[in-house]
Amino acid sequence: MKKLVEIVAAVGGGSLTATSVLEEHLDRIKAREGEIHAFNLVTAEQARTDAAKIDADIKAGKSAGPLAGVPIALKDNMCTRGIETTCSSKILQGWKPPYDATVVGKLRAAGAVVVGKTNLDEFAMGSSTENSAFGPTKNPLDVSRVPGGSSGGSAAAVSAGFAAASLGSDTGGSIRQPAALCGVVGVKPTYGTVSRYGLVAFASSLDQIGPFTQDVRDAATLLEVIAGHDPLDSTSIPQPAASLVSVLDHGVKGMRIGRVTDLPEGCEPDVLARLEAAFDAMRDAGATIVDVKLPSLQYCLTAYYLIAPAEASSNLARYDGVRYGNRVDAPDLNAMYAATRESGFGEEVKRRIMLGTYALSAGYFDAYYGKALKVRRLIADDFASAYAKVDAILTPTSPSVAFKFGSKTDNPLAMYLCDVFTIPTNLAGHPAMSVPFGLGADSMPVGIQVLATTLGEQSMFKVAAELERAS
Amino acid sequence: MSESSILPNGWQLVVGLEVHVELATKTKMFSASANRFGDEPNTNIDPVTLGLPGALPVLNKHAIELAMRIGLALNCKIQPCTFHRKNYFYPDLPKAYQITQYDHPLNVDGYLMLPGDVRIGIERAHLEEDTGKSTHFGGSSGRIHGSDYSLLDYNRAGVPLVEIVSRPDIRTSEQARQYVAELRAILLAVGASDAKMEEGSMRCDVNVSVHKPGTPFGTRCEIKNVNSIRSVGRAIDYEARRQVDLIEGGGVVRQETRHWDDASGRTETLRTKEDADDYRYFLEPDLVPLAPEQSWIDRVRLALPPLPAARREMLAELCGVDKNGESAIVVVERGQDDYVRDVVANGGDPRRSIVYVQQAFAELGPKPKVPAKDLAALTILERDAKVTSTQAKTLLTDLIEAGGGDVAAMATKRGFEALDTSALEAMVDAAIAAEPGAWKKYCDGEEKALGALVGAIMKASKGKADGKAVTALLQKKAKA
Repeated sequence: MKKLVEIVAAVGGGSLTATSVLEEHLDRIKAREGEIHAFNLVTAEQARTDAAKIDADIKAGKSAGPLAGVPIALKDNMCTRGIETTCSSKILQGWKPPYDATVVGKLRAAGAVVVGKTNLDEFAMGSSTENSAFGPTKNPLDVSRVPGGSSGGSAAAVSAGFAAASLGSDTGGSIRQPAALCGVVGVKPTYGTVSRYGLVAFASSLDQIGPFTQDVRDAATLLEVIAGHDPLDSTSIPQPAASLVSVLDHGVKGMRIGRVTDLPEGCEPDVLARLEAAFDAMRDAGATIVDVKLPSLQYCLTAYYLIAPAEASSNLARYDGVRYGNRVDAPDLNAMYAATRESGFGEEVKRRIMLGTYALSAGYFDAYYGKALKVRRLIADDFASAYAKVDAILTPTSPSVAFKFGSKTDNPLAMYLCDVFTIPTNLAGHPAMSVPFGLGADSMPVGIQVLATTLGEQSMFKVAAELERAS
Repeated sequence: MSESSILPNGWQLVVGLEVHVELATKTKMFSASANRFGDEPNTNIDPVTLGLPGALPVLNKHAIELAMRIGLALNCKIQPCTFHRKNYFYPDLPKAYQITQYDHPLNVDGYLMLPGDVRIGIERAHLEEDTGKSTHFGGSSGRIHGSDYSLLDYNRAGVPLVEIVSRPDIRTSEQARQYVAELRAILLAVGASDAKMEEGSMRCDVNVSVHKPGTPFGTRCEIKNVNSIRSVGRAIDYEARRQVDLIEGGGVVRQETRHWDDASGRTETLRTKEDADDYRYFLEPDLVPLAPEQSWIDRVRLALPPLPAARREMLAELCGVDKNGESAIVVVERGQDDYVRDVVANGGDPRRSIVYVQQAFAELGPKPKVPAKDLAALTILERDAKVTSTQAKTLLTDLIEAGGGDVAAMATKRGFEALDTSALEAMVDAAIAAEPGAWKKYCDGEEKALGALVGAIMKASKGKADGKAVTALLQKKAKA
């Protein structure tokens, strides 16, 4: 399968057409999508029109964009003008946004070709894509296993070669964990790096859009395009996108890489073995491994499952059947609200709305939400102490390789534990990415997570590139 | 102080006001949609206004600036502030939360002075967004409950508001009316809002309680739907009496929100504290904290125009009228004080200048077309008794219709020629001779008899005589 940078070079250089690249991907979709279910919607016809336009422009001598002809899949929680955007929820089924998310506009301007909208856990709440109202996505490497989540469709689309790259959103690990489970690269940038305008909100202070790609260079290339200040997002950092591709060959010689000595327990031995191998590889490449402590790590999962649901309970209150989405009629207003939301939301979404509403309620706010915010400050302080000593930190991305369907669906807490290593960076607003680093149990891929401090993407990408070379 | 606001048996009224004003920005609080009253429903909307999935708010800088003008005009401290979400479900609230300010508002700790140097504390003046507008059809109450259907207009949703919260420093309904009137005058003067209560761009919620001085404040009730300055006074008077009657009858005041019905002149329970929403306030994660730099605050402060109280005082002194009197209040509210000063500077009689403008220039705006020198000339004609006050009024109408002109020529054209003193005196003597009975009665102190005499003189002069001058002459002769 062609890498993103290869496609850009070939289409821009005239050796391939965007149309032929697209058809190659559409063929693979045709062959395997029935089995995988990576997409809620494949926009083949629009994609063909877009690809033809790119080819015509290049033929006419116009300069090719930085993503010319790259087939890209979008998680179905990013608004696409006139194209159904559902968040894999019945409540939004059939809703066509009147506008494009900022990232979608950037992709189109760069010459990318959107091939479809990918499946997710409803409103991005989940770690296996089993919470989609439209059925789960299968892991292309073993269809008896989950692809991870919530961006499972976007991870599977890249893993299966349905798209050269895709975008996901990451609130507590929703890009990195499925990337690890599907054996691809997934990046959660620093909060505020990529505009959230047009990303349907789950937990606004944690959500961040990022890329899935086949390798680290593709990820750096794609992130450079989608990053940068957006005046439509007040939390967007007012500075231009960082240069990332330029640092990929710098190596890690002299870098200090952190090993967390108080990692939460529960990680499978096959995964821990790959983590040790990763430290060895870094040492071999000239980095120094430094022990760091993150004492607040143990509270992060609890804090996250108060903060994220609290924000979600507010963000999802707008789905009331009044203006858009599905409505279930009832004799009076409150009954209409209740019937609409009862039938429109799935179990996990309801559970989190209840959790979040409770956490924000008068009399409970201080004990729950208030305390969770304190943990958020503590973990930020812990990270600050650690990054005074190191340039990056390595941890597992997920405690285990991809698990079997149904193995955690009856136990929400077991499912929540999938995010134990990924959540802290969301709470701190830091960047982190998952890089495939060998195989674990049952020959399924293991992802190693590279963490860095706020706007530390360059350090993160140097380490990630080195890991990839060593894998 | 109006009679009705005096409560029996030593009860003391305590009032605090929450006033919402829509800011006069071109666009909405968080998006580029137009902020305009009266447009076709649902034309000033966009993804942000409708709270569409994925849409995000961006603060309107002009709204912040207008809010700072209000804060500075009310002597507030401007401080770094944050935005919160106030969560509740209602169809005209598109996101199911209102973005507002909670524990760190923009403006705090100010005050407003009422006539007579009464100081009303301002607790805060914070920024927030307005809701859309629901109209309910069918049913009897005009509310959503029991209606057949409801229509929603989101043009108003997201319009920037400032909520100005007074301290409970108001003690009479008259003070409350003065407070609202003065606040309105300030808002107009600083250009922050058009402050039209009838269009809802200025809305009052009134908190009323009663207590005996020296004891803690009583339980308060919040009154909504008070849509005019007159209603503010009526609603307070009604509610205060209701509470006193309730307590004296052995009852207790419940903390509740009450609805003012202007037609019946009564308040009724809207909702009690028990069924109040839990708004689940939390920091709005889609916005960042706002901390206006000192240089910005200073620029806004320097650009503030003179405020109504100062303008009234200056004008009153110039014209020799009461600074709290109607002419000073009205002329300043209309922004015509510069014009009046101009008339006086052109030699106009000061008192007549302000009264003419107050009485005849209501529709002419802050910069009337009538040249100041022409109005000045008219006041002099009247002052020097070249025309009577009745004739002056006619000439004033002519002057306004013509948009200016030579008033002396206008007087001539109308045939307004003042009688000289000897002619007038002759007419007075003739009238006394013709009406000896009336004259005797008048000399004996019967004021009513004056009418017959004056009437006779006016008739003889064909209306050219000045009623005031005639009366003065008759008085002089009676005393002689």
